[in-house]
Amino acid sequence: MDADLRISLHAWMVLTRTFDDAMVSMWKQGRGLGGTFSQRGHEAISVGAGMALGPDDVVAPMHRDLGTYLVRGMSPERIFSNLLGKATGPSRGRDANLHGMGDLGLGIIGYISHIPQALPTTLGAAMAFRYRGERRVAMTFVGDGGTCSGGFHETLNMAALYRAPFVLVIENNQYAYSTPLHQQMAVSDLAARAASYGVAAERVDGNDVEAVYRAVSAAVERARNGEGPSAIEAVTMRMLGHAIHDGAEYVPAELLEEWAAKDPIERHRNVLLEDGVVDTVDLEKMREVAQQRIAEAIAEAEKAPYPDPATVTEGVYA
Amino acid sequence: MSGDQGTGGRELTYLEAIAEALSVEMERDERVLVLGEDVGGTFGGAFKVTKGLAERFGDRRVMNTPIAELGFVGMANGMALMGLRPVVEVQFADFISTAFDSIVQFAATNHYRWGGAIPWVIRAPSDGGIRSGPFHSQNPEAWFVHTPGLKVVAPATPADAKGLLISAIRDDNPVIFFEAKPLYRSVRGPVPEGEYLVPIGDARIARRGSDVTIVTYGSQLHEALAAAERLAVDGIDTEVVDLRTLKPLDVDTVLDSVARTGRVLVVHSANRNAGVGAEVAARIAEEAFMWLDAPVTRLGGLDIPIPFSPPLEDAYRPDATKIEAAVRKLVAF
Ligand SMILES: Cc1ncc(C[n+]2csc(CCOP(=O)(O)OP(=O)(O)O)c2C)c(N)n1
Ligand SMILES: [Mg+2]
Repeated sequence: MDADLRISLHAWMVLTRTFDDAMVSMWKQGRGLGGTFSQRGHEAISVGAGMALGPDDVVAPMHRDLGTYLVRGMSPERIFSNLLGKATGPSRGRDANLHGMGDLGLGIIGYISHIPQALPTTLGAAMAFRYRGERRVAMTFVGDGGTCSGGFHETLNMAALYRAPFVLVIENNQYAYSTPLHQQMAVSDLAARAASYGVAAERVDGNDVEAVYRAVSAAVERARNGEGPSAIEAVTMRMLGHAIHDGAEYVPAELLEEWAAKDPIERHRNVLLEDGVVDTVDLEKMREVAQQRIAEAIAEAEKAPYPDPATVTEGVYA
Repeated sequence: MSGDQGTGGRELTYLEAIAEALSVEMERDERVLVLGEDVGGTFGGAFKVTKGLAERFGDRRVMNTPIAELGFVGMANGMALMGLRPVVEVQFADFISTAFDSIVQFAATNHYRWGGAIPWVIRAPSDGGIRSGPFHSQNPEAWFVHTPGLKVVAPATPADAKGLLISAIRDDNPVIFFEAKPLYRSVRGPVPEGEYLVPIGDARIARRGSDVTIVTYGSQLHEALAAAERLAVDGIDTEVVDLRTLKPLDVDTVLDSVARTGRVLVVHSANRNAGVGAEVAARIAEEAFMWLDAPVTRLGGLDIPIPFSPPLEDAYRPDATKIEAAVRKLVAF
């Protein structure tokens, strides 16, 4: 893999983590609005998969995919504005936290809470590309929990049936809210669920950004070449609560320790250093740039205006 | 119509009252079980309503489900047909739509079609005002009030929450139980111990008055009572009717109140268009027209998805100030 790409993957993960850490501390200080979701531990998935897409492709991220929004070019100030209910967020104060952050100009379909609505919708985007004969790909994400919903199964069946240019990233982070994997399903291989419908499926280490990037890139290429849909199960761990209010006391401490040792950013940093792609000065600089960038974004979002209540009914219809 | 909420004695929060109803019924009746996402284990649900139940009654009677509402409500249909009394929690009322077919097509029609009763309860934490955005703030009661074969309740006080939930569990029909989540921990009141039942289908006069009637339910009851206090300062004597059950509707209590006051405002958090208030207003227009001194007025949410940002959500939602203004207009008519 080319050195610039490796550095870029790393820089996006650092920016994502920096955003996340800053967001969590804002909410702890009472400077947040409503709830929000930390994606800590998911950086390799959202960045690795997001970077595998081309500029004309479309993605529907879910609530742990902050990195994908950033990689697609949604600015940190716009995202913070959405989190704070400001007029300058992509949903203009209409939708909460990481929901509703759609921007078709950036190839992003906004998230809806209802699991797994993103799946059939993204399949539809892929089918529109196929219909018009465009070499474009549509990608979305689903949690382990979401693989238990009927819509997951309906979507994968149709995706395979129609050989759609569709890519699904399954984020197996061991939990759906408080419910561990073994209380959600009698199987443990989520890639196999997808494979059973005739979708090309594989499992990757979700804390290895380069592995995620390679697997998703291959899937995107297959889709682009008319070779049908793929599902990539990326195995990771949700490192904080389901949402900001959740202390996740139900997660065994040993499990978190085990996964903390596999932190995707720390791991990639060590690999880059070992391979001589960067030195510690470069990394320190990268961290400072990210911190500066996020501090500016927060300042801008905090001083941005709230939407004017006189506009409350605007936008219901196209 | 029954009105006594009891005074003195111990007080519980709205949430504690619901939890108590669940344990009273599980203790009494082995057929009662609880299922839903994250309701089990030590966690006890997104709002902690079922916390402690799994420890007390075991995993067999407090079941965690996968994220599969259509499936697990359908499963509750079958359990109910086989003689169990499942109490299903949908994590937020907003997610009840995922189970729509299992509710409005199967459960609602079954007894009429071939006589098989479906005695389940779906507990649905509803309502907003707490900056939760379009998918964690909804009040979808009108969908179900429009569906023959269901019962729909929406308690506003801890005593009613307990008494109506016990009645719902004992009812032989599918009952949707809308919990007003802004009230969970903010409202506390006297709650009778043990097997306390409030009958389904009975409204309550929450405040007596002679000048104007407010008909409401759920969290807006508290806004209406606050507005009534402010109006009293100016000598406007407001009666407040808490519907408590939305289907079947206690029309008699409403009509009786309107006959005495001649002016009526119907209030709910749900959007106004084709909401429960439309049915209430229509019944008043049909059956109490001769007593009216002013047009029947409705106050509800705007006809938009529920927005997240504070100034937008405040513009969306009825509150005591808007109720007060609407009543002043009615009285001045
Ligand atoms: C239809 C539906 N039911 C319930 C919920 C509430 N809910 C939001 S996220 C979540 C858990 C999701 O778990 P998973 O799919 O594994 O994703 P993760 O949060 O772990 O990333 C639940 C139950 C929902 N969003 N949609
Ligand atoms: Mg998960």
